Amino acid sequence: MSFLSIFYALLFYFATGLLVVGLGYKIRQYAKTPAPLKIPTTPAPVTKGGVVIRMAKEVVFFYSLFRSNKWIWLFGWLFHITLFVVLLRHLRYFTEPVWWWVDLLQPFGKYAAFGMIAGLAGLWARRFLVDRVRYISAPSDHLMLALLLGIGISGASMTFVSHTDIVSVKVFFLGLMRFDLQPLPSDPLLLIHLGLVAALMIIFPFSKLLHAPGVFFSPTRNQVDNPREQRHVAAWAVAEFESAGDQQKNNT
Amino acid sequence: MADFEIPKIKNYLEIPAVQEDVMAHSSPFIAKPPHQAGLGFPEELVDDWENKAIEKMGDLLGKYRSFQVYLDSCVKCGACTDKCHYFIGTTDAKNMPVARQDLLRKVYRRYFTFAGKYFPKLVGATDMTKEVLDEWYSYFHQCSQCRRCSVFCPYGIDTAEISMAAREIMDEVGLGQKYCNEIILKAQTIGNNLGLPERALADTLIDLEEEVEEDTGLPVKYPLDVKGADILLVTPSADFFAEPHIDGLIGYGKVFHEVGASWTMSSKASEAANFGMFIGSYANMRKLAMRIREAAIELGVKRIVFGECGHAWRVAYSFLNTLAGPFDFLDPNYPVPQHICEFTHGYLEEGKLRINKEENDHMRLTFHDSCNVARGSRMGPTPGGQFEIPRKIIKAVCNHYYDMAQDTIHDATYCCGGGGGLLTDDLMEIRVKGALPRMQALKTVVDDHGVTNMAAICAICKSQFTKVLPYYDFSMDMIVSVHQLVSDAIVLTGSEQEKELDGVEDDEAEATAE
Ligand code: HEM
Ligand code: HEM
Repeated sequence: MSFLSIFYALLFYFATGLLVVGLGYKIRQYAKTPAPLKIPTTPAPVTKGGVVIRMAKEVVFFYSLFRSNKWIWLFGWLFHITLFVVLLRHLRYFTEPVWWWVDLLQPFGKYAAFGMIAGLAGLWARRFLVDRVRYISAPSDHLMLALLLGIGISGASMTFVSHTDIVSVKVFFLGLMRFDLQPLPSDPLLLIHLGLVAALMIIFPFSKLLHAPGVFFSPTRNQVDNPREQRHVAAWAVAEFESAGDQQKNNT
Repeated sequence: MADFEIPKIKNYLEIPAVQEDVMAHSSPFIAKPPHQAGLGFPEELVDDWENKAIEKMGDLLGKYRSFQVYLDSCVKCGACTDKCHYFIGTTDAKNMPVARQDLLRKVYRRYFTFAGKYFPKLVGATDMTKEVLDEWYSYFHQCSQCRRCSVFCPYGIDTAEISMAAREIMDEVGLGQKYCNEIILKAQTIGNNLGLPERALADTLIDLEEEVEEDTGLPVKYPLDVKGADILLVTPSADFFAEPHIDGLIGYGKVFHEVGASWTMSSKASEAANFGMFIGSYANMRKLAMRIREAAIELGVKRIVFGECGHAWRVAYSFLNTLAGPFDFLDPNYPVPQHICEFTHGYLEEGKLRINKEENDHMRLTFHDSCNVARGSRMGPTPGGQFEIPRKIIKAVCNHYYDMAQDTIHDATYCCGGGGGLLTDDLMEIRVKGALPRMQALKTVVDDHGVTNMAAICAICKSQFTKVLPYYDFSMDMIVSVHQLVSDAIVLTGSEQEKELDGVEDDEAEATAE
């Protein structure tokens, strides 16, 4: 087995491990941290079902962003929706047999790469062209876009310019999933693509990519507007202020 | 008139080019030792404050999900950058919501994240230094916690949550704001923000009764500390003295009188506003809220109604039940608490109030949605009732009503510029500049529809506009209370106004006879 295959195998185990543990840790942290006060931005739904709809509108259509800024929405939504298609299309490397609907996506799904690249390019252009966005951009914000563009361009180059042996790629990844190491083709484009993907996975739990789980835990978006009907109080507040004696005093 | 440049109202609202640090000089007076101590904070900046600040930040991260999630989630997409009235009015880069958050986020990253610990330059992380603290003190007092940015953020990141946390951290290391902390202490010890003792309140209310009796010929009561009344009215203390607030209070009293409600105010809970929210202090906010609970119990009331006040209504609607509940000793048939607009609107809908709209014909009105009512609360049973109900009231008592531009009302409303603990003379520059977007929208309806007056349901908005309107060449009495309009148009049973109206035929007969 080549050093390269072993290196990439270890890299992906490491990246996957970090992604799962890191993301799991953050999600657990978000879930366990109490939201002591009712702070939905109103008008807000008055039922749980309403909140699900509100959240779906945000996650699927970026509704608030649409209200906010049409350019960011256009580029941002294009990037995310095409990223989503690209990722679904990639499922074929990890499933055998390939699910029928993933198969269905293949012929036209590959063009999503262009949408993804265009969206990222538009977002990046804003970081240079709009003075307000330039001011708030840190090096990491540029690097994140560079990283994703690198992944997109290297991937698209394989799809549209210089093909790799995707059958072997699949054998390699299916092997990884069964702890059975298989050789990885050594085209530079593939190695670049996979190297950057691993980097993305590693960075994910330590970066602003936490917006993906974060959005679901945002109290201004996920709370039901019913403070008058239902008393909402955090455990720490009860412990700090409503000990038995205190409450008795309050009631007299 | 001012030692700073007053922004110009243009034909449309312009998003300015960013400038750096042009408002860095703006800082409120620092709280004095007794006010700090009174609220349970250190008297002055403590030794080792850097570590204490980080410690407090850690504490808040564990207590507030909003704080934790919002510090992690921002992707710097830029959607919020042109949404803050203080940015639009000042052009200072650090008044862009994301930049304001970053003042705190860069410290969070340095001490609480892997990337910030090991690659601070890469992610823009910095140590907690005196410069950072000074910047916090300046720019977290250039945020009125109005939540407009939160509406437009794809994740709902709420800068108010961040600036409340920043203020709490600063208080905790001994650097508090004079205006807020002094007021909170007054409200906690005397019962209201103005520090009016029971005697002064009682005297004012007697004067008020005389005034109303003279006008209407009816003994309309403004009761204080009446045990056994049904309704406890909690209203901002500005309603007892300031213009146009007091005209609103007169209006509440007339409505109560007309529907035969048994009601009272309380000297103990003579303040609806809860400045504890501005400094992000759960403990202080709770202390203030508990006074209302205690007053309700002592007076034995069945319901609690709140007067016109924006942040007050947010705390009341959204937090009162949390802070001082459960209110199981009150009548479950009514929401706790209820807004005076909900109360009046209900009777208007039922047709129980006789209205002579012509009394308000000298005015052409628009309505300013107060930020914390619009984005932090509700009225009525359905979402958005906080927009509809006040408008329905105005339209029920006035013939001429015009909304301002869509992107400046409802949940996109602009703050008056004086909310969140900024309503103090030492922050006049930021207040005037922050009012620009609202003044712009007002100018448009003045020009297009001949609007003469703007109604509001917030004590802070009313005080702020009274002060700021003249800077933009408007008259200070353009701002009116919603219940002032009700007060002027309501025809009380048996009043002089009723006689005058119903006596019209007689008068006419007399006129022709002459
Ligand atoms: C629940 C899933 C997700 C939601 C709802 C979501 C939503 C958003 C929104 C609303 C923005 C701001 C607008 C924009 O710049 O596009 C954004 C930005 C961004 N998202 Fe996501 N996202 C999700 C998942 C992801 C994932 C999985 C990635 C990467 C692998 C990602 C990468 C990014 C990046 C890099 C930006 C910043 C773009 C810039 O620099 O302007 N997102 N996301
Ligand atoms: C372990 C994970 C991944 C593997 C094994 C992988 C592998 C590949 C391969 C072999 C291709 C070429 C397909 C062809 O020639 O038809 C490709 C294309 C592509 N990859 Fe990946 N990739 C992975 C993860 C990702 C991720 C996370 C992204 C996005 C952030 C991405 C974005 C793309 C794009 C945009 C293309 C071109 C369009 C397409 O064929 O769908 N890849 N990838």
